[in-house]
Amino acid sequence: MYHTLTVLVANSPGVLYRVVGLFSRRGFNIESLAVGQTENENVSRMTIVVEGDALVLEQVTKQLRKLIDVIKVSDITAEEFVARELVLAKVTANPAQRGEIMQIADIFRARIVDLGRRTLTLECTGDEAKIKAFEESLRPYGIKELVRTGKIALLRGSKYAGVNNIKEEAL
Amino acid sequence: MRKTGGEILIDSILKEGVDTIFGYPGGAVLPIYDALYESNIRHILTRHEQGAAHAADGYARASGRPGVCLATSGPGATNLVTGIANAYMDSVPLVAFTGQVATSVLGKDSFQEADIVGITMPITKHSYLVKDIGDIARVVKEAFYIATTGRPGPVLVDIPKDISDARVDYENPGPANLKGYRPAQLPSSRRLKEAADLIAAAKRPVIYAGGGVVSSGAYRELLHLAELILAPVTTTLMGLGCFPGDHPLSLGMLGMHGSKYANYAICECDLLIALGVRFDDRVTGKIAEFAPRAKIIHLDIDAAEMGKNVRVDVPLVGDVKEVINLLVSNLKAKLPGAWQEQVYIWKKEFPVYYEENGHLKPQQVIQEIYYITKGKAIITTEVGQHQMWTTQYYNFTRPRSFISSGGLGTMGFGLPAAIGAQVACPEAVVFNIAGDGSIQMNIQELATAVNYNLPVKIAIINNGYLGMVRQWQEFFYNRRYSYTELVNPDFVKLAEAYGAVGIRVTEPKEVTGALKKAMAVKKPVVIDFVVEREENVLPMVPPGEALGKMLG
Repeated sequence: MYHTLTVLVANSPGVLYRVVGLFSRRGFNIESLAVGQTENENVSRMTIVVEGDALVLEQVTKQLRKLIDVIKVSDITAEEFVARELVLAKVTANPAQRGEIMQIADIFRARIVDLGRRTLTLECTGDEAKIKAFEESLRPYGIKELVRTGKIALLRGSKYAGVNNIKEEAL
Repeated sequence: MRKTGGEILIDSILKEGVDTIFGYPGGAVLPIYDALYESNIRHILTRHEQGAAHAADGYARASGRPGVCLATSGPGATNLVTGIANAYMDSVPLVAFTGQVATSVLGKDSFQEADIVGITMPITKHSYLVKDIGDIARVVKEAFYIATTGRPGPVLVDIPKDISDARVDYENPGPANLKGYRPAQLPSSRRLKEAADLIAAAKRPVIYAGGGVVSSGAYRELLHLAELILAPVTTTLMGLGCFPGDHPLSLGMLGMHGSKYANYAICECDLLIALGVRFDDRVTGKIAEFAPRAKIIHLDIDAAEMGKNVRVDVPLVGDVKEVINLLVSNLKAKLPGAWQEQVYIWKKEFPVYYEENGHLKPQQVIQEIYYITKGKAIITTEVGQHQMWTTQYYNFTRPRSFISSGGLGTMGFGLPAAIGAQVACPEAVVFNIAGDGSIQMNIQELATAVNYNLPVKIAIINNGYLGMVRQWQEFFYNRRYSYTELVNPDFVKLAEAYGAVGIRVTEPKEVTGALKKAMAVKKPVVIDFVVEREENVLPMVPPGEALGKMLG
């Protein structure tokens, strides 16, 4: 089963290396990983999708919490959350096919972001299922290149997994 | 006042109460060594950086205070790696400082450059590359705090040469920035109640105690708990000495080379109280058949150990000492019954023994070291047969008296660890029990012992083999002794060449005299015990088997 973890980390050098290294040496599989700064410039948020059963997830979260630079780990899989991913796809598009592809883009509320002599580059955001359907629809035209950001997620409503409610440990 | 980065570093280390550093100088640490030159810190110059890391480790284990080592960049730093990994596996508080090439040439494959922060990431609790002189004081403070709190472990601090060389107006460290580090936890009262209920209901309880009891200093609490509920106590390698080995409730060590009665007790118990342990594979044997009839209470400071290797019925996350104190307030004393009698019968029926045959046996040597030191020495070991015989024939009764590489199994640990222990405890008798293979992995540290007049006694159990590997080849590889026979130097002459005393023993009747002589000399002594070559460590649980299925 896939789990979505949101991990708040100190924005210090090497923190990505520490997290990724932990996954690889303990044999946990990362399905996707997205990292970026949060509302607090000293804190970054990683959204990690991991595959594993409850026991594996328990180990993943506990081992992550042991890293000094990791501030908070939340497994939001069972919660209500909004998840999005952005994909850029460059597809083969002869002038005759452009119309069809633009219709597909409309259906998925994707945007054309570049136009080449024989290619179109599209941008689309959405959840996993939508991104997958979008990709499948473009496949017959020939996908030359495709890149995904990995999933990012936030809890719905007034719940939050943020850093503001964490007190500093006094030395 | 203007100070160099090196001076700020040494000042900050002094503020942590450190009195000794084990180290080895080099180009990238010149500014730090310059600051050490007239400081109040004692610096022990080892003969190899690995020796410095192990000595700091031995110092920490003997004293309970953090060990500190220092090395230069590149090869100096990489030579620390085994020592850091060793401290990590055994949860020893160690702070390792390394020099690094200047920030202007960092990442350019400069002379003696190695990414030591990257290399040691999987084997440190945390690490720092200091890129701003203003961070040094804060980083040192954090490093010691992290190394010594929660589950202890090694922290590495890498300092580029331009940072340690620069001068600034010295300021006190800024506030620590450890948002994600919360070492102190206590179990909920619900969990404590569940544990107390299990203990009250248990008819055949066993306590399985490990290194966490030592780290936490929970010796009296453990003794009180065991006597209150009359639970026999078995310890791991790391736990030896945390419960007195001569106590009627003591079962000695469990696991692959544990006592039969400890392993039988694990197989038959209905409640296992695991204190400061991590269910290592050398302890559990076949994991599916470990303590098959028991409910398990697991108390450890590291939440990630709960359920890592075995299913746990009641996890208790917290400091062993604090939590035992909370737990016993909910417990009633138990009366002896059939279980205590059964354990007593096992102990009578299956003692650890060896056969005497007129030749010098390794077990005899260790027994006699026990007698002559009255069980009061600090014993360090290397890794292999001699290590296991030490656990069987030296009866450890005091915490921090047995210092051995448990998790990593590092040959070459014992001699530098003995040096560290002797520095920490100048009045103690320190014995390094070694194998002829292991001792040669850090034999150069004899020079350190002689240099600082540290009277460590080195007992080499010399069988001319890498004995434990040979034993496995005998049992499991059809006696094909592939590259396990050793051609050794003359250890007596070698000792003398280093300026130590060398003694050779080949007969059983010579052991006592040689040990007396070694004890009387206030110098490092090497005793070469030439023992029966193919003696085996028994009993033994074959790898992958259940604990009840012992050979021998």
